[in-house]
Amino acid sequence: MHGAELLRKVVVDDAGGIRDAWLAILAAGMTAHGGRAREGELRTQAGIVVSQLGEGLAAGDLDADGSGFAPLRETLADISRSRALQGFTPTDTANFVFSLKEPVFEALGRACGSGSPDLATGVVSAGKLLDRLALHTMETFLASREEVIGRQGQEIAELSTPVVRLWDGILALPLIGTLDSARTGVVMETLLQAIVDEEAEIAIIDITGVPTVDTLVAQHLLKTVAAARLMGADCIVSGIRPQIAQTMVHLGVELNVVSKATLADAFAVALRRTGRKVVRQQAPTEERR
Amino acid sequence: MAVTRTETLPIRTGDDVVRVRQRVRALAVEIGLGLVDQTKIVTAASELARNTLDYGGGGDVMAEIVQAGARLGLRLTFDDQGPGIADIEQAMTDHYTSGGGLGLGLGGAKRLSNEFHIASMPGKGTRVTIARWK
Ligand SMILES: Nc1ncnc2c1ncn2[C@@H]1O[C@H](COP(=O)(O)OP(=O)(O)OP(=O)(O)O)[C@@H](O)[C@H]1O
Ligand SMILES: [Mg+2]
Repeated sequence: MHGAELLRKVVVDDAGGIRDAWLAILAAGMTAHGGRAREGELRTQAGIVVSQLGEGLAAGDLDADGSGFAPLRETLADISRSRALQGFTPTDTANFVFSLKEPVFEALGRACGSGSPDLATGVVSAGKLLDRLALHTMETFLASREEVIGRQGQEIAELSTPVVRLWDGILALPLIGTLDSARTGVVMETLLQAIVDEEAEIAIIDITGVPTVDTLVAQHLLKTVAAARLMGADCIVSGIRPQIAQTMVHLGVELNVVSKATLADAFAVALRRTGRKVVRQQAPTEERR
Repeated sequence: MAVTRTETLPIRTGDDVVRVRQRVRALAVEIGLGLVDQTKIVTAASELARNTLDYGGGGDVMAEIVQAGARLGLRLTFDDQGPGIADIEQAMTDHYTSGGGLGLGLGGAKRLSNEFHIASMPGKGTRVTIARWK
C-alpha cells in the first residue's frame, strides 16, 4: 500500500485512539510544567490536529509544505503563537508535535501487524511528515517569541522614561540608561506631552542615571530643552556628575541651561522660581532642647 | 612599547556602539584608570564609534592594552572602508558637521585623549587611533 494511503487510513480510522493516546502523553509531560495548558483546551487542540492530519493525508500527499496541509499548518501556527505568548519553553512546544509520533506509530502497528513491510514504510512516512510539521511549529514559535521580545524592549523604553509631577507646574524626568535614538524620541515626546498636560512651568531633567554624555546625548538634551521652551517651560538639568562635567568641557558642549548637582537642588530652584518656599514649621525635637 | 592584549569589536549597528562603550569601560577599569579618565576614553570611543557607523558605513575597533615601561595604556583604533574624509582639517574644526551633528566629536575625542591620530583616504576609508595612559 502507498505510504500516504496507509497512513491516511490509519489516522482517519483510528483518530479517536490516536488522540486519546496523544493526550495521555501530553498530560504526563504537562504535570512537570504546572499544567499550563488547560486540559479541555488541549483536548480540543489535539482533536483538531489529528483530524486535519487525516484531511491533509486524504489529499494523497506526504508533503508537509503542500496545500493539503495548509489548514493543519495554520492550526499549529496558532497553537505555537499562543504558547509563545503564554511563556511555554521551546522544548514543550516541540514536544507537542513530536509526541504525536508514538501514538501514530502504534496505530500503524495495530493496523498492519508487526513485521509487515507496510509498517516500515508507514513509520518512515509518518516520521518525516511529523518532523517537518514540528519544525514548522518551532519556526512560528520562535518568530512569535522574537515579536514578544521586541515589544517588551519597546515597553521598557517607554517604562523607563517616566515623567514625575513634583509639584503644581513642576515636572521631573529622571533619565536612566543609554539614550539611543529610539529611546530619546520617546523621552522627548513624553516630556513635551506632560508639559502640555500639566501646564508645567519648569521641567527638571535628571541625568544621574545616564552613564555617558557624548555629543549625541548632548544634542538630544539641547533639542529637548529648546522644544520645552517653545511649549512655555524652562528646563533645569540636574545630576551632572563631576566626571561627566569635565568630559563635557573637553567635548566643548554647552547646554546653556541652569544646571544643579542634584535633583533636590533643582527642585529647590524650581520652587523658588515659581514663587514658593519650603519652611520648617517647627524645629526637630532634638534641636529644641 | 609593548602590546599586551588585543581584541577587535564590530561596529555595524547602534547596539554595537553601546557594546564598544561597555567594553572600553571594562578595559579602562582593568588597567586601573580613574573614574575621570575612564569617562574620558569611553566618551571619546563613543564619538569615534558613532562616526565609524554614521559616516564610515560601519567598520570595527581594535582595542589594545599597551605598556611603556611601567605605564599601562589603552589604545583604540577605529577603522572603516567608507568614503573617507577629503579635508581633515575642516573635519577636525569644532562645529563643522556634514551630518546635522554638533560637529564636536572629532575635536572632542582629541581633547579627551592623550594621543590622537587620524588618517583618511577619500574613497578608501578612515582610521582614527586614540590612546589614554594611566
Ligand atoms: N569615519 C568617517 N568617515 C567619513 N567622514 C567622517 C568620519 N568621521 C567624521 N567624518 C566627517 O567629519 C565631520 C566631523 O565629525 P565630528 O564627529 O567632529 O562631528 P559630527 O559627527 O558631524 O557631529 P557630532 O560628533 O558632534 O555629533 C563629520 O560631519 C563627517 O563629515
Ligand atoms: Mg561625530
